[in-house]
Amino acid sequence: MLATDLSPGKQWGLAPTLTIALLLGPIAAGLLGTILPAFGGMRPDGQNGFSFDPWTRLWAEPGVGQALWLSFKTGFLSTLGALIGCFLLIAGWQGTRVFSRLEALLSPLLSVPHAAAALGLAFLIAPSGWIARLISPGLTGWTRPPDVLILQDPGGWSLIAGLMIKELPFLLLMSLAALPQIKSAERMRVTQVLGYGRVRGWFLAVMPALYTQIRLPIYAVLAYAMSNVDVAMVLGPSRPPTLSMFILRWMTDPDLTLRAPAAAAALVQLGLVAAAIMVWRGGEKAVAALINRGVESGTRGMGLRDTALTTIGLVLSLTAGIAVFGGLISQLIWSFAGRWRFPDALPSSFSLMSWERHGPDAVEVTLITLALAFVTALIALVLVIGCLNTELGAGRKMNRTGMVILYLPLILPQIAFLPGLQILMIQIGAAQGIFPVVLTHLVFVLPYVFLALAGPYRALDRRYATIGAAMGLGAVGMLWRIRLPMLLAPILTALAVGMAVSVGQYLATLLASGGRLNTLTTEALALFSGGDRRAIGVWTIALAFTAWLPFLLALMIPRIVYRNKSGLRHD
Amino acid sequence: MIEDGLSLDQLSISHADGKGLVQLSADIAPREVLSLMGPSGVGKSTILAAITGTLSPAFRLEGRITLNGRVLNALPPQKRRVGILFQDHLLFPHLSVGQNVGFGLPPRTPDRAARIQAALSEIGLDGFEARDPETLSGGQRARVALMRMLLAEPDALLLDEPFSRLDVGLRDRMRELVFTRARAARLPVLLVTHDIADAEAAGGRVVNLPE
Repeated sequence: MLATDLSPGKQWGLAPTLTIALLLGPIAAGLLGTILPAFGGMRPDGQNGFSFDPWTRLWAEPGVGQALWLSFKTGFLSTLGALIGCFLLIAGWQGTRVFSRLEALLSPLLSVPHAAAALGLAFLIAPSGWIARLISPGLTGWTRPPDVLILQDPGGWSLIAGLMIKELPFLLLMSLAALPQIKSAERMRVTQVLGYGRVRGWFLAVMPALYTQIRLPIYAVLAYAMSNVDVAMVLGPSRPPTLSMFILRWMTDPDLTLRAPAAAAALVQLGLVAAAIMVWRGGEKAVAALINRGVESGTRGMGLRDTALTTIGLVLSLTAGIAVFGGLISQLIWSFAGRWRFPDALPSSFSLMSWERHGPDAVEVTLITLALAFVTALIALVLVIGCLNTELGAGRKMNRTGMVILYLPLILPQIAFLPGLQILMIQIGAAQGIFPVVLTHLVFVLPYVFLALAGPYRALDRRYATIGAAMGLGAVGMLWRIRLPMLLAPILTALAVGMAVSVGQYLATLLASGGRLNTLTTEALALFSGGDRRAIGVWTIALAFTAWLPFLLALMIPRIVYRNKSGLRHD
Repeated sequence: MIEDGLSLDQLSISHADGKGLVQLSADIAPREVLSLMGPSGVGKSTILAAITGTLSPAFRLEGRITLNGRVLNALPPQKRRVGILFQDHLLFPHLSVGQNVGFGLPPRTPDRAARIQAALSEIGLDGFEARDPETLSGGQRARVALMRMLLAEPDALLLDEPFSRLDVGLRDRMRELVFTRARAARLPVLLVTHDIADAEAAGGRVVNLPE
């Protein structure tokens, strides 16, 4: 058993403590800033005292009950749909050429910010959207956009679709990272030799092990889907909206007395997510029981049903990929569109007018967005490398508590603690400048950077370090001359993941800057209500490009630096 | 106890929970090879990790390790001057062949380039400085790994089944090269192996670790 390399180096000893403080500090402060005003504290007029008034005010608001139900329904169904699509795709197609093509199609979707995907989908499915234009008047007979409520439908179905197309690729990539650890290919071979259908065999023999590995990411998806504002703002219903939109409206209302009921609603949102996770866990138990029955029955599940299920998986995943890409393409066309009459499939003329008008602003905001993303991701990267180095020195992996702390910012709904953080920062006069924004982004960037880098960092053969030490290399030299160069590709990828997360932050940017810092995400979403499609097109394309650019660089830089080093080219 | 060479005095490694793993006492003089044999899992590699100072915190070490009269136990791995070769040659993939060999040279060595050239020449790899290690054959990689380790001027050499991945034909030549070079450098050598032929080629004492 060859184990750890080295004394971790004292300079890294602080990293885990600092990381935990940066994750938990803002969360704790944010929850405090939510709980106090919800019970009569921190009033703008200074008349503090315990009271249930915020709650009375909240329940007096028409439509709150419906909003609760909408949040639960859209979050739960979209997560379930994305998970089923992801599982059926893996079950039916893993190891085939179709699967690797789909993987290549869906992987880049991860960089697309939620706001950009939502805006793209809106451009596709609106009554005057691209799909209606493509099939009209041929299939529909429409010569004018039909008067139907597709976007922002009261039932929340377009919101469910918008969440699903973004969460399916996310769950797929989380699964793909976990599958080799559970030896899924070997398990599948056994079930197939024993005569089980692909889907049935997969659900009985692979899914239970996979599920344990990706449980936390699934809860994160569920929590996000139930409480997001960036997708709900574009695709979600408005009368009433989801609970998170209620909170956002009140939080950004000029009437400061609405912040107290907003805080109460944020606590309700927190409870709602906790309840949904409980319900989900109940579902887990039920499915586990079903699987046990399935195993004991010995049914092989071959034939028509197997084919049908694998087809569903393929269709769902393809739809997700096409919807996101199609949406972005329609944004691109709109940004260059001159005259585009309904129901023409394409504009009758193209022009650079929109880019000339909005380009200079977009470039400036792009640079601000990139700078903010880079600084945040770099801080996160240094901390994460510090944590992973400490882990090597201690010779054991982070424990379960560590994992839960890491996932806490992803599982706690943002809308439940970010408003509180804002209230608190305003009270102490700290809500100024870029610093609170960086700190708030860091809460969400850190976990993703850690998750992206931990695998490759831990997988690096530790005997390299032993050899380095045997040749007298110290901890600093080990890091700079062995680990960082050998891990250049995964380090840049982790940086790109962190930057993409920062670029996509809406609520964190809006609230931590008090609405004074504009990034591409906040600008694109602010434009949406105005309905100028050409302007939205320009900003959404700028947004998607900016989130994707770091990934491109992360792919290219190692290829250039290590063009003569084939031993490093496989990753 | 000997003044010169590597000495393992009542070495005893146990799991952190107290369960014993392996015990060994041995003196290895300069130029001597001690071969350690035994089935997998008896703790052969763990002994090597204890000597290089990279034992996992999951293990406890008792007993004393001395090298040329210096007690190693409390020293960090970098200060021990103990070289090691593994069965995978672990050339750094981000460096060229020349940079890999040069990695072993102490800092501020004069004429680095000339030293590297000479070292490559000694192992029949003239002009390989700029090559990508990935393009070398298994035997060539093994030789580069050996030179890299020797240029770091260790006081002892540990071998963790370094021949097991080589083709049978190459194996004899590589054994001879390693043992000759180690003797020339007056190094005590501790060899861990599955293969009795390795131990025979080493020509020294053989210790069989019980299961």
